[in-house]
Amino acid sequence: MQASDRFNINSQLEHLQAKYVGTGHADLSRFEWAVNIQRDSYASYIGHYPMLAYFAIAENESIGRERYNFMQKMLLPCGLPPEREDD
Amino acid sequence: MYLYSLTLQQATGITCAINGNFSGGKAQEIAVARGKILDLLRPDENGKIQTIHSVEVFGAIRSLAQFRLTGGQKDYIVVGSDSGRIVILEYNKEKNVFDKVHQETFGKSGCRRIVPGQYLAVDPKGRAVMVGACEKQKLVYVLNRDTAARLTISSPLEAHKSHTICYSVCGVDCGFDNPVFAAVELDYSEADQDPTGQASSEAQKHLTFYELDLGLNHVSRKWSEPVDNGANMLVTVPGGADGPSGVLVCAENFVIYKNQGHPDVRAVIPRRADLPAERGVLVVSAAMHKQKTTFFFLLQTEYGDVFKATLDHDGDHVSELKIKYFDTIPVAASICVLKLGFLFAASEFGNHGLYQFQAIGDEPDVESSSSNLMETEDGFQPVFFQPRRLKNLVRIDQVESLMPLMDMKILNLFEEETPQIFSLCGRGPRSSLRILRPGLAISEMAVSQLPGQPSAVWTVKKNVSDEFDAYIVVSFTNATLVLSIGETVEEVNDSGFLDTTPSLAVSLIGDDSLMQVHPNGIRHIREDGRINEWRTPGKRSIVKVGYNRLQVVIALSGGELIYFEADMTGQLMEVEKHEMSGDVACLDIAPVPEGRQRSRFLAVGSYDNTVRILSLDPDDCLQILSVQSVSSAPESLLFLEVQASIGGDDGADHPASLFLNSGLQNGVLFRTVVDMVTGQLSDSRSRFLGLKPPKLFAISVRGRSAMLCLSSRPWLGYIHRGHFHLTPLSYETLEFAAPFSSDQCAEGVVSVAGDALRIFMFDRLGETFNETMVPLRYTPRKFVVHPKKKLLVIVESDQGAFTAEEREAARKESFQAGGAGENGNGSADQMENGGDDEDKEDPLCDEQYGYPKAESEKWVSCIRVVDPKTADTTCLLELQDNEAAYSVCTVNFHDKEYGTLLAVGTVKGMQFWPKKRLVAGFIHIYRFVEEGRKLELLHKTQVEGVPLALCQFQGRLLAGIGPVLRLYDLGKKRLLRKCENKLFPNTIISIQTYRDRIYVGDIQESFHYCKYRRDENQLYIFADDCVPRWLTASHHVDFDTMAGADKFGNIYFVRLPQDVSEEIEEDPTGGKIKWEQGKLNGAPNKVDEIVQFHVGDVVTCLQKASMIPGGSESIMYGTVMGSIGALHAFTSRDDVDFFSHLEMHMRQEYPPLCGRDHMAYRSAYFPVKDVIDGDLCEQFPTLPIDLQRKIADELDRTPAEILKKLEDARNKII
Repeated sequence: MQASDRFNINSQLEHLQAKYVGTGHADLSRFEWAVNIQRDSYASYIGHYPMLAYFAIAENESIGRERYNFMQKMLLPCGLPPEREDD
Repeated sequence: MYLYSLTLQQATGITCAINGNFSGGKAQEIAVARGKILDLLRPDENGKIQTIHSVEVFGAIRSLAQFRLTGGQKDYIVVGSDSGRIVILEYNKEKNVFDKVHQETFGKSGCRRIVPGQYLAVDPKGRAVMVGACEKQKLVYVLNRDTAARLTISSPLEAHKSHTICYSVCGVDCGFDNPVFAAVELDYSEADQDPTGQASSEAQKHLTFYELDLGLNHVSRKWSEPVDNGANMLVTVPGGADGPSGVLVCAENFVIYKNQGHPDVRAVIPRRADLPAERGVLVVSAAMHKQKTTFFFLLQTEYGDVFKATLDHDGDHVSELKIKYFDTIPVAASICVLKLGFLFAASEFGNHGLYQFQAIGDEPDVESSSSNLMETEDGFQPVFFQPRRLKNLVRIDQVESLMPLMDMKILNLFEEETPQIFSLCGRGPRSSLRILRPGLAISEMAVSQLPGQPSAVWTVKKNVSDEFDAYIVVSFTNATLVLSIGETVEEVNDSGFLDTTPSLAVSLIGDDSLMQVHPNGIRHIREDGRINEWRTPGKRSIVKVGYNRLQVVIALSGGELIYFEADMTGQLMEVEKHEMSGDVACLDIAPVPEGRQRSRFLAVGSYDNTVRILSLDPDDCLQILSVQSVSSAPESLLFLEVQASIGGDDGADHPASLFLNSGLQNGVLFRTVVDMVTGQLSDSRSRFLGLKPPKLFAISVRGRSAMLCLSSRPWLGYIHRGHFHLTPLSYETLEFAAPFSSDQCAEGVVSVAGDALRIFMFDRLGETFNETMVPLRYTPRKFVVHPKKKLLVIVESDQGAFTAEEREAARKESFQAGGAGENGNGSADQMENGGDDEDKEDPLCDEQYGYPKAESEKWVSCIRVVDPKTADTTCLLELQDNEAAYSVCTVNFHDKEYGTLLAVGTVKGMQFWPKKRLVAGFIHIYRFVEEGRKLELLHKTQVEGVPLALCQFQGRLLAGIGPVLRLYDLGKKRLLRKCENKLFPNTIISIQTYRDRIYVGDIQESFHYCKYRRDENQLYIFADDCVPRWLTASHHVDFDTMAGADKFGNIYFVRLPQDVSEEIEEDPTGGKIKWEQGKLNGAPNKVDEIVQFHVGDVVTCLQKASMIPGGSESIMYGTVMGSIGALHAFTSRDDVDFFSHLEMHMRQEYPPLCGRDHMAYRSAYFPVKDVIDGDLCEQFPTLPIDLQRKIADELDRTPAEILKKLEDARNKII
């Protein structure tokens, strides 16, 4: 593989990362990965109305409240990020 | 195994609803999305909701919006779905279909985080539409008209902002300036990077205005300002000449008016006085209503209270925002205010309501205003109110909804011909047990006793142009009774009918004379009262008669046919005679076609098991045209014209075909197509209707000819939305029937049964099931049937609610405090829906207002015994101390001391959030006393987790307690542990057993097959699934096979491979199984997935059952959205071939309406395997005729054959 190709692939990756939220990279931390998964999950729950209703029944809340709660949880789905290790 | 999937009851819940004028004209319509179904509803003049059109789109509809081009006459529908496409639909009134006007792809399919479709907003002037995602992406499409006045759509303009969560979008009304859209957004990029938590605590929601510059064709962020952090919804405020423009921001506890360059105007949302302080008030649905000079908003909170919000404004300046308590109705997913003065509330759970406005809340009531907003140290001062009975609204109709269907069992407890579906529906105070029976509901208008046992009944008009019937004629074995229809129905003697003889037929002949056929002759009563009598020759008597308005054929004993025709003067003339080979069993003449003088066909059924078609044309009068042999002697014949296909509301595009229906002695209905020209019979189909030979009667349903078949139960054959339906009626056995039309009842049926005359009408045509309802107290979780006594035991539980006593006490207190004045008699002794004493007049019935909210750690629960026959609750045990029942089963222990016992798994002090916690779990053992009608607690055993699954196994009790499967025996004081296995991955939620095998369902890891070895007293897991499935329902199909459903809406079957199964059964030591360990902590053997299908809805219950007597069983399922479906196994390879090809062609030729690829939808999580989608196949009749022909040609069949196949496939299931 030539150097120019590698550069090319990198730029393609960067393009993907910019376009699609959640596209991973080599240095992705466990926390970032989990946050992405959680946000995707919440977005999926909100998008699938029957699932939202299913949660609403379990928690005895209205569906509208449940949707709001899930939206709110998208801010910090896994709690605070860990301290950065300085390298 | 190949399965045919068919939805029997479409989803009844509603995800979103919009109102508009979709068909043009004046009518107001409501478009509702029910998950994957798009319906168009319209309130009729009687205030009943009618479904005009319904289409399954095979995709999840997430949002709907309507818009109208400037100067346009009708509204278009924009659909936001999971297809990654924007779809604009127009309702085509002539053809009764939705036409897809535009479909533009913008992203990947599926409900994803950054693919738009979740939110829709339209410019109030209909110039642009914005479609948004939960995060980042927003696209704006410009809408315009081309020179031919057709709607055009631009390419998308991006308004993206990354790392931003979007809560709501709406259009801003700014007249004819550039379109502006508002969005509530939250930027999370800093919070993700900051480990100290400061950034996240300071994260601020913003209200952002996006301006579409029509000149530059570009979208820009025009304005962005911080907004209350509880903001969740935006509502457009009228602008231009109508109002101040801007938006209402609904936030937790507040409503804020905001506009660019305008100070915030904020008002609190009044709180219920009994609401715990920890809870906020959130607006979940809103509607804006604009009148000529004013406008107002209706905002509904999560507790169901509706508030009227008004703005005091002077031009663009808003001086005051007022929020006034309006009324309380059940919490709605969407509310729609119609111009006709109706409010449609699409309930989140339970029946939907149509309300009529009595007032618009002008009278004084609890009100909060921006001008008297008080700010204290603890924030803004709340305003309190007490819910009261409806003042401004009155409910005029409701639409049944089974949502959510929590559990379902198909049983024949009532010993009827077909089993009943017992389903647990609803939530909290709106919970119910609903007993569904396949068939149409009827409403009985009158029942009156007659002096004797009538044998037949007819109705006649006096003149062909009359609207209503004049007489009901009832025949007895030796007499005829004539009743005249007027204000009341009473006996008359001056009608001219002969009353000393039984009658064989009574009808209108010609334009204005009446005919009575009796065994000895024909009596013809002219309009002026003259009577002509034709007598039978010799001693022969008339046995059968067939007639229409102009033709009469009689059959004499011995088999002679005599044919009469009414001539121009109305005189009955004998035309022809014909000698049949034997006695005639039945006769029918087709109705006279429009504009003709006579009908061409006479059908004659004989006792030699044949049906003959005879010609009535003058050239070949009474010549036999065709003969058909049938399986048994025909009892009754009827010609019926059927327009088999849609193409417009009335099927006008399609030629009608004439069907000859024969009811045979063996209870079968035989339907054959009659060639309109030659009279040849072809393409026959048969259906077993009941134990008695069906008698057929022509009636009319919605102005079109239909057929009533009376066997051991009545059936109605009618055309609904282009399909011919043959549906049983939920009514008793009838002997004879006739159409009935009067002032009070335009389209009814009069019938005789026993010694009573009954008049009834049909309700809600097109429905598969009709229901009877038993109200429940809390959200039902599960139920079991007492095997011998046929009683149902239901466990109900609710989080965050007060117990019945606490509620009673609080209610008494509030009545005393508020004075009994407005609220009337404080019916304190009334226990809500504890029995049948549910009082609709109760001023604060919980069904409407909901239970008062308690702290989230409080639980209420009860165990109820219901006698399904009488719908009585015979026993109701309310659990105390935050204990909630979750599982139930009946169990017979080894020592038969007590007989059948009831085991109930409960948990005390359950908490889901912030961490799952509980105080203790218990298994209660109850004894049935008083013939099973009461329960008596035997003892209660504490366990360490939640007992979510219980099952009887070899005279012991198996319990799944968290990850532990444990076997209990009955002791004197408590249950005794016998054996356990702790190797299950998460939480056991279902246990089923068959012989010595135990099938355990894990909440997250699908099925585990276990075995119990009695000699070693050990439980082993010998096989499991390799796919992580979040089980929601499971059912044992056969020794090696389990059916399951997961949280994401998939149904799947797993099967243990044959060789593994045999090996395990043959191994006498079991040692191999014991010591062999699987890889990575799994079981040594794996099950294979043999069936996979995406239903698109969370399946909550599965069962194997047959809905038709003597039919083969299918897997039935119920879903959260309140739909019921079936999976039926194909029995022949030919059928599999045929249907899979039909499905393939349907996919190609008729892609789903909202742009989702059908195959991709059915394979949303796992590729679909061996299931053919009957719902797609059943859309075949809705295709245009040339497309039908094209597909039929490819399949080497005719369209009629395909229709017949589809009908047959459905008839095998229901």
